[in-house]
Amino acid sequence: MDLSSINPLLFIAGFFVAATPLIFAAIGELVAERAGVLNLGVEGMMIMGAICGFATAVETGSPLLGFVAAAVGGAVLSLLFAFLTQIMLANQVASGLSLTLFGLGFSALLGQNYIGIKPPRLGDVDFGPLGDIPVIGPILLSHDIIVYLGIALVFGVWAVLKFTRAGLVLRAVGENHDAAHALGYKVVRIRTLAIMFGGACAGVGGAYISLIRVPQWTEGMTAGVGWIALALVVFASWRPLRVLLGAYLFGGLVQLQLNLQGVGVAIPVEYLAMSPYVITIVVLVVLSRDANRAPGSLGRIFHASQ
Amino acid sequence: MTFTKLLASAALVAGMATAAFADGDDKTKLGFVFVGPVGDGGWTYEHNVARLAVEEEFGDKVETVFVESVAEGPDSERVMTQMALDGADLIFTTSFGYMDPTINVAAKFPDVKFEHATGYKRADNVSTYGARFYEGRAVQGHIAGKMTKSNTVGYIGSYPIPEVIRGINSAFIHARKANPDVQFKIVWAYTWFDPAKEADAAKVLIEQGADVILQHTDSTAPQAAAQEAGNVITFGQASDMAQYAPKPRVSSIIDNWAPYYIERTKAVMDGTWESKDTWGGIGTGMVGIGDITDAVPADVKAEAEALRDSIGSGEYQPFTGPLKKKDGSDWLAEGENPDDQALLQMNFYVEGIQDDIPQ
Repeated sequence: MDLSSINPLLFIAGFFVAATPLIFAAIGELVAERAGVLNLGVEGMMIMGAICGFATAVETGSPLLGFVAAAVGGAVLSLLFAFLTQIMLANQVASGLSLTLFGLGFSALLGQNYIGIKPPRLGDVDFGPLGDIPVIGPILLSHDIIVYLGIALVFGVWAVLKFTRAGLVLRAVGENHDAAHALGYKVVRIRTLAIMFGGACAGVGGAYISLIRVPQWTEGMTAGVGWIALALVVFASWRPLRVLLGAYLFGGLVQLQLNLQGVGVAIPVEYLAMSPYVITIVVLVVLSRDANRAPGSLGRIFHASQ
Repeated sequence: MTFTKLLASAALVAGMATAAFADGDDKTKLGFVFVGPVGDGGWTYEHNVARLAVEEEFGDKVETVFVESVAEGPDSERVMTQMALDGADLIFTTSFGYMDPTINVAAKFPDVKFEHATGYKRADNVSTYGARFYEGRAVQGHIAGKMTKSNTVGYIGSYPIPEVIRGINSAFIHARKANPDVQFKIVWAYTWFDPAKEADAAKVLIEQGADVILQHTDSTAPQAAAQEAGNVITFGQASDMAQYAPKPRVSSIIDNWAPYYIERTKAVMDGTWESKDTWGGIGTGMVGIGDITDAVPADVKAEAEALRDSIGSGEYQPFTGPLKKKDGSDWLAEGENPDDQALLQMNFYVEGIQDDIPQ
């Protein structure tokens, strides 16, 4: 075994790329859950974003337009979920699961003509001379704009939830929708907006996989990232900044496994594949000794008459 | 007559009626079970090309159905059963992992013929067929050994099964012959087709210094990763992957199943089909070597083509002694060749490979 052939700079830089789809999907889901909506359709919205973004980028030649289309695609699909759970008052768990299955199938249909095509490439951000700084340059300053956008988004969500009136209202709706309703807040409208935000973020996360990380379209290519994102929200105990931490941890595990194989340490791949979930379970057990951190109205159906 | 008897005979009559109906239809019906999507640009793509060739050859006389992206395991058994129930006469199951499901379903439908790719279990109505991809791997190994500057060749494996291990050994032996300093880094993706995982594996290998990537997985994602990295060469797997030529893709192994599929379909039509094992190589045309591009120096290209031709003519076999196993024990004596059974069950690396096969 020779660990020296792992280049630590490239290894750590790889974390950022591996974590970005997770960050987007998880921060979107976090906002939805803080508003009291449990949307298990993350995987479906991601894959919809992946194909919408891919198709748009190929047709227009612009990766950035692709990401915009991915956000729209994810948000439109999430509207279906919003309609089912907020208007029709359907069960959120069942609706979310069906959203995932629907998204996987529908994206495969949309993507029929895009298999095997190369998308246009999104270049890395040019930091000029800053990029040449040793260690920090290759690790932090050698990525595309979406990586930085993801990190900024996490801090943005954190600030909004913590310091603004809008964030307070959103949290109020999530903690106790009856009280929020009594105070005159439009619970359904706020939740619908939160669901759409979650859908748009998941879409961008999915497009990051199809446009940058792979970059290619194949059906089912998100391959469980959406589920890891759901686990990540719980792991982060619904705090935005912990999402960032968890995403690097989970993303790093994937990188670690391949790097170790490359230098000849054969850890059965199953261990690392299940590790995000094992960590989440452990964290859940630890958290359960604490006060219950989940938003009070999470997953509960709201109707103004009840 | 009791009620159950009545029901049973009703079912029997219905069954006979369906059978009669099926017999009245003189089209030969072929089923294909694919492990990936037909647009994967690799393994499944080539099987589908062969399916279309069968349709072309026989026109109205055949009807083909295929199901793509079928998971190995119970899911595939369900798909095969459905095909058999729908009246298929011949079913091609095109992945190693369909082996046991194929045998199980074949036992239930003795009148339906099955063809299982790359496996080793046969029955009266189950044939096996495969291609000697390791012959193509020898050519790739030679080019890889000559072309690598870092002396590090990355290899993306799918599953540690004999088929894949044979390819690794064959490539390694010939890379070493071309360049005694060459080392192989092997990463297992544990999938036949997952572009995200394959791309990650390729990137990691490149980060660790590999400037040649061989893949035994089916998507073009490693090609894309190599192209992005710049100074890395790759080989098309299962299909030509010519969209990545002339660089990174400098050559390829192409599976050509069409002649075999046409021959076996004909046999079913004539009633001469019988269970057998077919293992074709470069010589029979089942394994093709894709065009070697100009990114490879002319002398290396000439050597590679000479190697290809000598394997094709049967003059040379990729596994020729003296060869030792990785643990240092003797495998083949001077000039000795292994028999097919030994090749089919190969579960060890040859001497010089530093990794271990995951258990």
